[in-house]
Amino acid sequence: MIERWQARVRAMSLLAGLALLALALLGLQYGASTYVQRVAVDIGIMIILTVSLNLSNGYTGVFSLGHTGFMALGAYGSALLTMTPQVKALNLPDLPAWLAHVHLGFLPALVLVGLAAAAVALAVGYPILRLTGPYVAVATLGFLVIVHIVIINAQAYTRGARTFLGLAPLTNLWWVYGAVVVTIYTAWRIVNSPIGRAMLAVREDPVAARGAGVDILRARLWSFAVSAFFTAVAGALWAHFILAFSASSFWFAVTFEVIVMLIVGGLGSISGSVAATVALSILSEVLRNAERGVTLFGYHTPALYGLSQIVFALVFIAFIVYRPQGLFGDREFSLWPILARWYPPLREAVMAGRQLAE
Amino acid sequence: MTLAELWVQQLLNAVSIGSMYALLAIGLAMVFGILRLINFAHGDLLMVGAYVLIYAVAAGIPFWVAFLLSVAAAALLGVLMERLAYRPVRGQHEVVLLLTSFGVTMLLENSAILAFSPRTRPFPLPEALSGVYHVGHVVMSGIDLAALASALVLLVGLNLVVTRTKLGVSMRAAAEDLTAAHLVGIHLDRVVLAAFAIGSALAGVAGLLWAAKSGRVEPLMGFTPVLKAFVATVIGGLGSIGGAVLGGYLLGLAEVALQAVLPPGLTGYRDGFVFILLILVLLVRPHGLLGKAEGDRV
Repeated sequence: MIERWQARVRAMSLLAGLALLALALLGLQYGASTYVQRVAVDIGIMIILTVSLNLSNGYTGVFSLGHTGFMALGAYGSALLTMTPQVKALNLPDLPAWLAHVHLGFLPALVLVGLAAAAVALAVGYPILRLTGPYVAVATLGFLVIVHIVIINAQAYTRGARTFLGLAPLTNLWWVYGAVVVTIYTAWRIVNSPIGRAMLAVREDPVAARGAGVDILRARLWSFAVSAFFTAVAGALWAHFILAFSASSFWFAVTFEVIVMLIVGGLGSISGSVAATVALSILSEVLRNAERGVTLFGYHTPALYGLSQIVFALVFIAFIVYRPQGLFGDREFSLWPILARWYPPLREAVMAGRQLAE
Repeated sequence: MTLAELWVQQLLNAVSIGSMYALLAIGLAMVFGILRLINFAHGDLLMVGAYVLIYAVAAGIPFWVAFLLSVAAAALLGVLMERLAYRPVRGQHEVVLLLTSFGVTMLLENSAILAFSPRTRPFPLPEALSGVYHVGHVVMSGIDLAALASALVLLVGLNLVVTRTKLGVSMRAAAEDLTAAHLVGIHLDRVVLAAFAIGSALAGVAGLLWAAKSGRVEPLMGFTPVLKAFVATVIGGLGSIGGAVLGGYLLGLAEVALQAVLPPGLTGYRDGFVFILLILVLLVRPHGLLGKAEGDRV
C-alpha cells in the first residue's frame, strides 16, 4: 500500500516538477529580458558543476580540487568539434588536418567531450584516487595545474594564453536546463543505487566499507568519472554561451566558486547543491553589479573590484566554522512530510507503514 | 664557457631558486606537522609582505628598515590568520582545514585586489642588490647572493632554535605526538603561535626575494611559489622541517635540470613536469623522503 502511494506520488511530483520547469523556461524565454535569461543560463551551468562535484566530493570523501580541469577540457574540446572548418582555418591555422575538418552538431559534441573527460578521469583517477584526505586534494590540484600548463602551451589547439574565439552561440535555456535535468536525475539514480550506497559507505568509513566487501577504488573511480562527464558538459555549455574565454577562465576563481556552493549546500545533498547554487548565484550577480559601482540615494560608490569574491570567501569561512554540514547536511529536500501533513489519508498510510515496519 | 663553469652556473641557479623554495616550505611543514593543516594562504603572506615593502619605501623609509617591517608584517598576518580562521576549526578533518585555508586565500587575494588594485607594480630594488657579478664566465646577481646568504643565516638560526631551545623542542614534540606533548605540559597554543610566527616571517623573506627576482608585485603573486613550496614539502615529507629544506633544494635542482634537458619546444611544460613529479612522489612515497610513514591507502 505505502509503496504504491509513494511510487505514485514520486512519479506525479516528478512530472509536475518537469512541467513547472518547462513553464518557467517558457516564461523566461518570452517574458524576460536578455539579462535575466543570461543569468538563468549561468545559474543552470553552475547547478551542473555543483551537483557533479557533489557526486565526487560529497559522496565518496575524495575531495577534488581539480574538476575545473575537466571543465576546461569540455570547453576547448567541444569548441574544436563544433566550429566550422572555415572558422578553424581563420582562428587556429596550425590545427592538424583530421581535426580541422571535423564539424559536429552540438549534442554529439557534448556527449563526446563528456566521454573524453570521463576517460581522462579514469586514467588520472586510477593512480591518485588511492590516496586519502589532503593528499588526494593536493594531487587533483596538481592535475588542474598540469591542464592549465597544457592549455597555455598547446597553442595550435587552444591559442595558448590568448583569448579563444569563433564559437557559435549554441547554448540556450533549453540545452542548459535539459542538461540540468539529466545531471540531477543521473546523480539521484546513482546515489540511490547499490554503487551509490557503496560510495556513501566509503565516505563514512573506508575501513568498514572494505570489510563489508566494497571495492573502494572502483566506487571512487565511478563517481569521479561520472562527475567528470557532467563537469565537461557544463564546460562545453559555458563555452558556447560565453563565446570568448582563455586559459585563465579555468583557474582558481571558478574552482573556488563551485566549492563554496557545494559546501554551503551541504556535501552529500543534491537538493542542497541546487538551492545553494541558485541563492549564491543571485547574490554573486548582485555583488558583481555593485563591483562596477552603484548609485544609491544620489551617492555614487566607486568601483569595488574583488568585492563579490570577498563576500563569497567570508560566507564560506563562516559556513566552515559555524555550519560545516552546510544548509542541508546530507539530507534531501522532500515533498513527502509536507504532503503527509496536508493530506490525511497519506498520513494514515505513512503511520500504518511505520507500524508495520516496527 | 667551459663545462665546469656551466655546471657551477647551473648549480648556482638551482641553489638560488631552491633557497626561496626552502624558506617558503619550512612554514608549510611546521604548520602541517603540528596541526595537519595544509596552509594555502601561506603564499599570500609573501604578497602582503611585498606590498608593505613597496608602501614603506614609497613613504621614504630606508630599504633595510622597510625590509624588517615587511617581514614583521608577514609574521603578524600569519599569527592573525591562525587566531581568526584556523583556531576555530583546529582538530577537524584535514580536508576541512585545507578548505578553510582556501577561503582565507580568496579573502586575502581579493582584499588585496580591492585595496591595492590588480595592476602589477615594480619592486623597488635597492642599489646594493641590483649589481651583477662575474667570476670567469659565471654570472651572479646581487639577488642570488642575497638569497644564498639569507637562506644560510636563517637555516642555521632555525636549526639552533629547533634543536637548542625549549620552544623548538616543544614544537618537535607537538609534531611528533600532539596528545603526548599535551600530557607533558606543552602549551599547544603557544607552540602553534610560534610555528605560525616563525614560518610566516621566513615566508616574508622568501617573498621579498621572489619579488626582487621577478621584479613585479601583484595580488596573485603568491600562488605559484606556494604551489612549488607544496611540492617541496611533499618531496621532503609533509610535516618534516628538514624534509622541507631538502625538498626545496631538490626542487630547485629538478627545475634547473629540466630546463637544461627538455627540448626547446617543451620548456613551456617544465612546471607541468614538476607537478607530475609531485603526483609520482605522492604515489610512490606519500610520506616523502624524510617524513614518517602514516595514513592509510586504498
